[in-house]
Amino acid sequence: MATALTRKDFVSDQEVRWCPGCGDYAILAQVQKIMPEFGIRPENIVFISGIGCASRFPYYMNTYGFHTIHGRAPAVATGLKVTRPDLDVWVVTGDGDGLSIGGNHLIHCLRRNVDMKILLFNNKIYGLTKGQYSPTSEVGKVTKSTPAGSVDFPFNPITIALGAHASFVCRTVDVEQKHLGDMLKRAQAHRGASYMEILQNCNIFNDGAFNDVSDRQIKAEHQLVLEHGKPLIFGKNKDKGIRMSGQRAEVVQLDNGVSDKDLVVHDETNLALAFMLGNFEPPLPTPIGVFYAVSRPTFDGAVNQQLEEAKTKQGPGDLQSLLNRGDTWTVN
Amino acid sequence: MALPPEAAGHAAQSSALGGVVRKSGERRDSVVIRFAGDSGDGMQLAGMQFTAESALAGNDIATLPDFPAEIRAPAGTIAGVSGFQINFSSGEVFTAGDEPSVLVAMNPAALKANIDDVPANGVIIIDREAFTEANVKRAGYAANPVTDHSLDKFQVIQVDVTKLTSRALQGSGLNNRGVFRCRNMFVLGMISWLYQRPIESTVKWLEGRFKRTPDVLDANLKVLKAGYNYGETTELFASSYQVPAARIMPGTYRNITGNSATALGFVAAAVKTGRPLFLGSYPITPASDVLHELAGYKNFPIYTFQAEDEIAGVSAAIGAAFGGAIGITTTSGPGMNLKAEAIGLAVKTELPIVVTDIQRAGPSTGMPTKPEQADLLMAMYGRHGESPIPIIAASTPADCFDCAYEAVRIAVKYMTPVILMTDGQLANGAEPWLLPDTSKLPEIKIEFRTDPDGFMPYIRDPETLSRPWAIPGTPGLEHRIGGLSTEDLTGNVSYSPANNELMVRTRARKIAGIEREIPPCAIFGDQQGGPLVVLGWGSTYGSIHEAVKQLRENGKRVSHIHLRYLNPLPSDLGEKLRMFGKVMVAEMNMGQLLRLVRANYLIDAVGCNKIQGRPFKVSELTSRISRALEG
Repeated sequence: MATALTRKDFVSDQEVRWCPGCGDYAILAQVQKIMPEFGIRPENIVFISGIGCASRFPYYMNTYGFHTIHGRAPAVATGLKVTRPDLDVWVVTGDGDGLSIGGNHLIHCLRRNVDMKILLFNNKIYGLTKGQYSPTSEVGKVTKSTPAGSVDFPFNPITIALGAHASFVCRTVDVEQKHLGDMLKRAQAHRGASYMEILQNCNIFNDGAFNDVSDRQIKAEHQLVLEHGKPLIFGKNKDKGIRMSGQRAEVVQLDNGVSDKDLVVHDETNLALAFMLGNFEPPLPTPIGVFYAVSRPTFDGAVNQQLEEAKTKQGPGDLQSLLNRGDTWTVN
Repeated sequence: MALPPEAAGHAAQSSALGGVVRKSGERRDSVVIRFAGDSGDGMQLAGMQFTAESALAGNDIATLPDFPAEIRAPAGTIAGVSGFQINFSSGEVFTAGDEPSVLVAMNPAALKANIDDVPANGVIIIDREAFTEANVKRAGYAANPVTDHSLDKFQVIQVDVTKLTSRALQGSGLNNRGVFRCRNMFVLGMISWLYQRPIESTVKWLEGRFKRTPDVLDANLKVLKAGYNYGETTELFASSYQVPAARIMPGTYRNITGNSATALGFVAAAVKTGRPLFLGSYPITPASDVLHELAGYKNFPIYTFQAEDEIAGVSAAIGAAFGGAIGITTTSGPGMNLKAEAIGLAVKTELPIVVTDIQRAGPSTGMPTKPEQADLLMAMYGRHGESPIPIIAASTPADCFDCAYEAVRIAVKYMTPVILMTDGQLANGAEPWLLPDTSKLPEIKIEFRTDPDGFMPYIRDPETLSRPWAIPGTPGLEHRIGGLSTEDLTGNVSYSPANNELMVRTRARKIAGIEREIPPCAIFGDQQGGPLVVLGWGSTYGSIHEAVKQLRENGKRVSHIHLRYLNPLPSDLGEKLRMFGKVMVAEMNMGQLLRLVRANYLIDAVGCNKIQGRPFKVSELTSRISRALEG
């Protein structure tokens, strides 16, 4: 069994059926490429999804897979992971599946810190149902269901997760293959719920939604790559930084007496900082990378520990004595 | 047609207390006592302990708690009245009794809420001091019923429960509230004396419960004994009574509620399979006790997961089943609605789970603490698409054990979700349970697929038509399942019209095929047929059986068939029903089994229905059946 795994070990025989040009292809390719590096055999890996374009993902992985119902993947995955802590569990969801119909399961899975990877493909639109606005669409979004523009204030996938005290929260971009790969590795290394927002382009219904962070021509000016312990610097010439002005962040030009030392240094363990970064909007840059990563007990670990303790204290369960316990009487 | 409230025709009930001559140990065959008080008065507890004492005394028993959904409705109001009825007997008992021969009323509201059920000359024991002007008014009485002669047709026994309780606790250091809360023990002690019940089991129970609060334990014990001694020394009671032990099947018994039996049935099934049990559940009345009970058995191992909602509860159970655990979920009607989509997923992916619907009165929030049987058609048809599911219904509290066990057996054998139906009456009702020898429980075999040679996720066992259970972690069996229509054998996504029909029909055949395992219908009564058979299912068993038995003792030709398997139905049901001139389906709904019977067998059956959140009284059934026999 010592043969090294390759990308091919993770590719299923099913034809991939996303629209040509969909950002999902890039994510699938990167996941299949990185998977062998984890050294976990395909039979010990399970991909679980809900409903939506992203949720077709498990069919294309040659692992165990479960395409469940809309929004419920985190709940199905919780039942599996708790009873089978030996398995490597991945949830694939989208902005509709994870933040609308399944929002409740997502936040509860995050607060419990169930040990699994959650990949949330955010394209700010409903693709599978052909183009209605989603809970992450911006106010004013004109779609088939909102001809006069959406009046819903959107969810922010990062701060939602932080608000649930997720222990690992990161963001990456479908086309940033190297960064996506790095984030997958970080997520896999983390124990607990590893939450990954992947900005993903829907070229049919919401093309270019993330152009400012994915377009090669302009992205450097809009993309802030977070690195633990390093000052927040961005820009094509690495000449811009984030500085605190009172209690608010501001963009500063790195010259005229402003140096690295004046800038905010990223700290993945600082929840308040993570919130601030999660709330960045133009003219502030869009952060990608790990917002927050802390270690806390996993739900599945704690549950199984209680079971072990019960077994140690009471011995393994004995059915007959369980039935016979309490006040009994005998009729002759 | 539905019965009118409190239908006419009281069954003959012997008054428990009669005469004024003081004797000791006068014999009674059967007594029905109802304890009623404010929901904070501890009547459920007094009732349950009296039940345990009676069970230990060897009586056959049946109980019916009746409590409000509100934990503490305003004290002294009708809405806050909580009751517990027990029928204990030296003969066989099938119901908790139509009407109490003894009513214990801790306040005017408890009296008012229950007085209509007490037959003339019935005994009413009241706490005299609770009948203050304010309490009388709060209960909605214009004048004190104890003094205005409105209770003249009953035997009213006034006891200074409150005063005697506080006297027993003089110097105990307990505050007024603490003293007041011990009143139920006084009543329990007194009634225990009256029926010559040994109070040792209650003493032992109190010692366990108040281990950490010795002052409270001491107070409860004092008051319990004070109540017992009061019964003995006072001349209020003409006599104490003996209800001799019942002649029942030899063996070891314990007293069990339906919810406990359900929980234990699941444990037993999981132990038999050697797999862990996983319960995903969201608290809901009257199902929560199953969650509570299973949470205490972690060492078996049993996983209990209090999910964020009903949907997560069943979804997590499905996830656990995918991984090879015995996945179950427990709920009541409103939760069933929420779980429907996920249950459909289990149907489609053919994963074994057991969904327990502990029915309560609906629709919507309805009457959460009251029983009903109106979820049958939802269990049958309450999902989109063609999604047949086996349905099993328990008929008595102890039967919940066998049914939970059987539900798991069928689920894993046929790779299908199974719906187990009980209701609020079974859940909280109790009866003696003949403890099974666990080595003799039916076999439940699980064989996970491990051989990759020829493996396909939807290849089927030729007999059962069930697909292999191939769990993650097994090399070479990596596969994907899901809700989308899938190709026969491979399980790959398929939109082929013919394939879709094939898969729908195959799943239907699989479930219909379970019929071959279902034992023939047992007829209580005329084995070769007769003028009338009463068909029932679920918790109505006791009432129907008792009614039919009484009528047969009076020479009436009526029979009873009771169903455990609602889907598929027993293969001989139609044939058996046709042996009778008339089929009456008695159920606590508007006629749901009735519809199934009429649709399946084209039999012109008639309904006998009650939708009051209360079980059928035996007298209601005897009168309905008698009319049907005449008509």
